[in-house]
Amino acid sequence: MPKELLNLGCKQLVDQISAGQTSSLSATEAVFTAIKARNGEIGAFLALFEAEALAQAQSVDERVAAGNAVGPLAGVPIAVKDNMCMTVGPTTCGSKILEHFHAPYDATVIEKLRAADAVIIGKTNLDEFAMGSSTENSGLKETVNPWDSTRVPGGSSGGSAAAVAGRLCYAALGSDTGGSIRQPASFCGVVGLKPTYGAVSRFGLVAYGSSLDQIGPMTRCVPDSALMMNVIAGHDPKDSTSVDETLAPTIDFLAGLDDPVEGLTIGIVPDLTAGAQPEVRDAVTAAIDLYQSLGAKVVEVALPHAEYAIATYYVIATAEASSNLARYDGVHYGHRTADPKDYTEVYSKSRAEGFGQEVKRRIMLGTYVLSSGYYDAYYLKALKVRNLIRADFDRAFEQCQCIVMPVAPSTAFKRREKTADPLQMYLADVYTISANLAGIPGLSIPCGRGSGQLPIGLQLLGPSFSEATLLRIARMYEHNTDWRMEPPGL
Amino acid sequence: MEQKITESQVEKVAQLSRLALTPAEITEFTGQLESILEYVAKLNELETDHVEPLAHCLPITNCLREDEIRESMGAEKTLANAPQRDGPFFRVPKILDDHSGP
Repeated sequence: MPKELLNLGCKQLVDQISAGQTSSLSATEAVFTAIKARNGEIGAFLALFEAEALAQAQSVDERVAAGNAVGPLAGVPIAVKDNMCMTVGPTTCGSKILEHFHAPYDATVIEKLRAADAVIIGKTNLDEFAMGSSTENSGLKETVNPWDSTRVPGGSSGGSAAAVAGRLCYAALGSDTGGSIRQPASFCGVVGLKPTYGAVSRFGLVAYGSSLDQIGPMTRCVPDSALMMNVIAGHDPKDSTSVDETLAPTIDFLAGLDDPVEGLTIGIVPDLTAGAQPEVRDAVTAAIDLYQSLGAKVVEVALPHAEYAIATYYVIATAEASSNLARYDGVHYGHRTADPKDYTEVYSKSRAEGFGQEVKRRIMLGTYVLSSGYYDAYYLKALKVRNLIRADFDRAFEQCQCIVMPVAPSTAFKRREKTADPLQMYLADVYTISANLAGIPGLSIPCGRGSGQLPIGLQLLGPSFSEATLLRIARMYEHNTDWRMEPPGL
Repeated sequence: MEQKITESQVEKVAQLSRLALTPAEITEFTGQLESILEYVAKLNELETDHVEPLAHCLPITNCLREDEIRESMGAEKTLANAPQRDGPFFRVPKILDDHSGP
């Protein structure tokens, strides 16, 4: 019974809880039993809130029993990436500098999860300040891939992806600055959606690259992703980059989800896809064939500036990071060095002791590209190329409703395989980064198995605010395939 | 963009970044930043004289709200994470020495 219970989708679980067929308490207890059995190996969580979660589950069950209305995520155990502020437990960002930081407020997405009656069970591991593609940059914990513990879960939302895949929660929130939802979703075999920039409030999301960061759902199936979007999307006056009704009217992402998109045209970029490993290429080709067999038209589109995306990203993201992370100065919160000889040491030593190597590297790079004499050559140049990259997508979407490509060039790589050479790690972000630069939504859905049965992800990119269509296109694929297997050994 | 980054430049950047790096870190970062910047120089292949810079992707310019008084967090909550506090203040080492000032 617990196994079947854990394998339910969020929507099914909500329906069963609301109908009194099962209880939130049993689902939450099943999750904590699974966590006790497997999280020691997987290492997905930085903090767990068992007592609070069980109390919340009980409260939902009581309200159901009393015949009161409950929210759209009533009683569903959900995990949150630990770069979102929450008044329960610490908010660490996987960093020693914030190891003991307790946020004084809840992020808007947390308030929305609570208002939807979700059960927040814990905070998940990540690359420090969401900077990385393997979760190996966490300063606090190691997370492994539930499919193969010698491999990384991807990153930076690696803890969330591993928790969802490993049946340690029903869904999770991640954040995506250059692929940090989609790539771990691909590596762990789950569905990950990076919404359009501005679609989900970033209030309370600890900033890394403010013009790129976006919160999104990580789930085991497409309907769960739509359900999560129903809860977290929408305007927030506390986030000045959150869009209002005029740009993105409120919609029900579940409505019409199962209806295939009529007259669907899919764009492909053959020279880009050619760069992926053969098994990834083959799986993506097979997915395109499936869409064709479902009646979709396939057209070749060009993204001529895609090859400049990584260079552009690592200038813009690090520039924004160097500015955003200036706030960690050891004065108001976070780590402070033990015996500073003067006030400058409060800054420079606290930061040197608190930040890990990747964070230091990105702050350095960002400071350099913004510094006098280099600003025009690097930062301004990158902002201009960013415009070219976005224009590529605008042109491509005149010909198709979505572009299909791999999420990552390979399946999950071995732990410590890429840690020695930062540039090599950056280059693996080739397929995901453009969506953040262009502000468009991107979705990762399991589309096959590579060697060692490792999951492969298919990426769907759509125009701004086309999430509902993107989810329907993903659902068409999901409906006709069965890659939603659970990892071995569960 | 073509010239190589030197250790003394990296030291300067570390100082601007308020990061007390060790000599070993300076050496390591010099090599790594050099290879990253060499890769980034790829952007010079593109002619961008007539391209507008794009700072973010939304058609939002100024975002204003009514200037209304709202509840703020309060001193206790604000100070709760202070590394060192002194009553209602954040405590820090002396910034001006005894001989500063007029």
